[in-house]
Amino acid sequence: MSVEFLQYLFSGVTIGATYALVGLGFAIIYNASHVINFAQGEFIMIGSMATVSFLAMGMPMPVAILLAVALAVVTGMLLQKFAVAPAKNADVVTIIIITIGASILLRGLAQVFWGKSFHALPAFSGNEPINIAGATIVPQNLWVLGVTLVIVAAVSWFFTKTIIGKAILATSHNADAAKLVGINTNMILLFAFGLSALLGAVAGIIVAPITTTSYEVGIMLGLKGFVAAVLGGLGSGVGAIVGGLILGIAEAMAAGYISSDYKDAVPFVIILFILFFMPSGLFGSRGTERV
Amino acid sequence: MFEKLNSPRTGGLLALILAVLILPLFFQNTFHYDVAIHVAISATVAISLNLLVGYAGQISLGHAGFFGVGAYSSAILTGWDFGWSPITAMLVASLAVGVLALVVSGPILRLKGHYLAMATLGLGIIIAIVITTEDWLTGGPDGLSVEPLTIFGLSPQGEAQWYWVFCVVLIASVWLSLNLIDSPVGRAMRAVHGSEVAAQVAGVDTTYFKTLIFVMSAMFASLMGSLSAHYSGFVTPDIAGFHHSIELITMVVLGGMASVFGAITGAVILTLLPQMLTGLEDWEMVIFGLILMLTMIFMPKGLVPTLLTKFRRGEA
Amino acid sequence: MSLLKVSGLTKTFGGVHAIEDLSFEIKKGTIHSVIGPNGAGKTTLFNLLTGVYTPTQGAVSFNGESVSGKSPHYLAKRGMSRTFQNLQICMNMSAVENVMVGRHLHMSHNPIAAMLRLPSITKQDKACREKAIELMEFVGTGQYIKTNADAMSYGALKRLEIARALAAEPEILLLDEPAAGLNGTETAEVDELIQKVADSGVTVMLVEHDMKLVMNISDYLLVLDYGKKLAEGTPEEIRNNPAVIAAYLGA
Ligand SMILES: Nc1ncnc2c1ncn2[C@@H]1O[C@H](COP(=O)(O)OP(=O)(O)O)[C@@H](O)[C@H]1O
Ligand SMILES: [Mg+2]
Repeated sequence: MSVEFLQYLFSGVTIGATYALVGLGFAIIYNASHVINFAQGEFIMIGSMATVSFLAMGMPMPVAILLAVALAVVTGMLLQKFAVAPAKNADVVTIIIITIGASILLRGLAQVFWGKSFHALPAFSGNEPINIAGATIVPQNLWVLGVTLVIVAAVSWFFTKTIIGKAILATSHNADAAKLVGINTNMILLFAFGLSALLGAVAGIIVAPITTTSYEVGIMLGLKGFVAAVLGGLGSGVGAIVGGLILGIAEAMAAGYISSDYKDAVPFVIILFILFFMPSGLFGSRGTERV
Repeated sequence: MFEKLNSPRTGGLLALILAVLILPLFFQNTFHYDVAIHVAISATVAISLNLLVGYAGQISLGHAGFFGVGAYSSAILTGWDFGWSPITAMLVASLAVGVLALVVSGPILRLKGHYLAMATLGLGIIIAIVITTEDWLTGGPDGLSVEPLTIFGLSPQGEAQWYWVFCVVLIASVWLSLNLIDSPVGRAMRAVHGSEVAAQVAGVDTTYFKTLIFVMSAMFASLMGSLSAHYSGFVTPDIAGFHHSIELITMVVLGGMASVFGAITGAVILTLLPQMLTGLEDWEMVIFGLILMLTMIFMPKGLVPTLLTKFRRGEA
Repeated sequence: MSLLKVSGLTKTFGGVHAIEDLSFEIKKGTIHSVIGPNGAGKTTLFNLLTGVYTPTQGAVSFNGESVSGKSPHYLAKRGMSRTFQNLQICMNMSAVENVMVGRHLHMSHNPIAAMLRLPSITKQDKACREKAIELMEFVGTGQYIKTNADAMSYGALKRLEIARALAAEPEILLLDEPAAGLNGTETAEVDELIQKVADSGVTVMLVEHDMKLVMNISDYLLVLDYGKKLAEGTPEEIRNNPAVIAAYLGA
């Protein structure tokens, strides 16, 4: 393996990990409510921008991060309660437009309160480069990978081992049946949006020291998270994570070996290509539609 | 007689023609004409997008891509490198877009719901990135200037003349769309939306009709892209971008899916609203997002269908 | 002679054999009913015959032509028409337009002519509308001609589907539980309607749970159980078939 390749691989996995977290957020909301939340990217923005602003107020980093994540979670729940829930019987496109409206609103608020300039978060533990087989990475890369691993493990534990997690899955399989066995589906939906906002915010915070942030950062990251979720097969958590990693790595390789101009096009080329052959993504269900 | 006036084809079309004739009486400067022209352009594209999304039920989040290809093809082909006549360039561009849409429609239109949304979104974004990146041809982010339009020796000069050009195009497209919708072709399209399997067993080749409307609406967007490029004399990559695609689909959904006049209403609102909000400066986005959300939450079927239902109920 | 010939037809979903090695024939001009408990595979059989599902194995021939794996619209053109157990109505259209869609095969579809509203199109469309209205009256939904489909009752929609299916002027009509969810009077009306359709020369294939209706109306019966043929014959033969008695009277 050449050093160059290794270098691209590291940066690909780092950015891919953020796509994976955002994609997982899409998958969780989709599972619980069959909604694609186009405001998902704004949680990334809120997480990172709020951290920047809390730091500027003089708070210590851990407190700033905690508060920022909390802010995103509350926003996610408000979004569910006041924008998505009232429209639950509306058309797919109508709900898409509602969440797009929400994302414009959130971006607008961010711009009013936090301004339009770019910010960098300080790295969590210095910038001393680390040499691995000739390739160099910064400690923040390790933070991204570590945090992502911990979160993915926690989320999978949550869905397989806890009552609430199982209730979310039950709701996604059959909401009416879930209601009948006494699951409060409204709470479940609220929870799903909160959790997905948390994932987005964390993704935004851990990657901000590497990529910088601004009020518009959520647009592209959000779209790519959506690509990751679709690539994996909508509703599949594992799929979203695999999808995110594939996208990140492909993007880094394309930027390195082909041209960085087309870096942003890579995820979309990949998703078109995959959907041509697998119309419901890599891990999506492939049953015959019932008539 | 009154029954006829109540129908979209007669009553609606007449109202539109009247509005187009009367409006200039209120225009005080070229800026007013310019806004009206932008409304007409968007409305025309939104109508064709509505055929696809509202009537045939196929989501497209990348329609601006086709608009952009039309605009850039006209800009490039009529430019000094090629020197084609605008009308030839426009038609060739639209044909090329038709072929592109036809090629991708095979795999894309098999997809449903959010998968289709993803694919069309991706297609639009790829087109926009290509336009931004291939600067040797497109001028990159700086854009390109476009030759003025001449058709058979005639060349619209100034906003007032262009206004009539675009209004005639708008009225024609309304008439053609209303005819199409209320025909066997339109019924087949709407049946695809209503129940794809019912349409199939009734003998509708659903793939054919989905492809037909996808290609037609892409070609139409391309034609409008060309025309608008000649009008503004300049093209930049954002006309092909994600935000423009979203703007177009929002016009359709906000005004009313499966409503020709809904698409026009959506275009009017989405063009005028930002103009009216500019005074708010920083708060513009906030208010805009809020209005968009609230309208869709309280009128999920869109403005025109919701208001029509209310009105008809009041009548009965 | 047999209009429809099915041999060795099999359809599996995952591990489930919804239809397994099924063979039977349907004679022209008869009413042929398919009965069996829920989940027996009746709807799946209809979906296979009309091209909505592709068979896992086996062959279907219609009028002597091998048609297994053909698309629904191809089969419609060949003369097959059907209704659905779970309504498939276009709620975005008016009642009469739903029936007009049923005449799709008899209309020309030139998009240019349609956009220009050429006289040829309008004339044809007018005739189509008249025919659709006639059919709506025939199935007893005459009062809904100007109504939107989403404003109609369940029973009326059931019949609207029959009108749409008839609009195609099919050779064979497949009805999947046309009387399900209807009250006694409505069921009697549908019974009469099916008889009228059959009398007009259309071959009818019927899935229905109402035994009285089925036994009255059918020329032949096919009994399915877990996707397999349990018995086949005239109503009289089925009534006396020990296997059917055992299955139905709950052995
Ligand atoms: N699209 C499908 N996907 C998976 N299983 C199906 C599908 N359609 C039918 N089945 C299964 O096939 C079996 C037969 O169902 P069906 O044909 O609907 O029975 P019936 O109409 O006799 O009640 C059932 O076990 C059902 O769950
Ligand atoms: Mg059934």
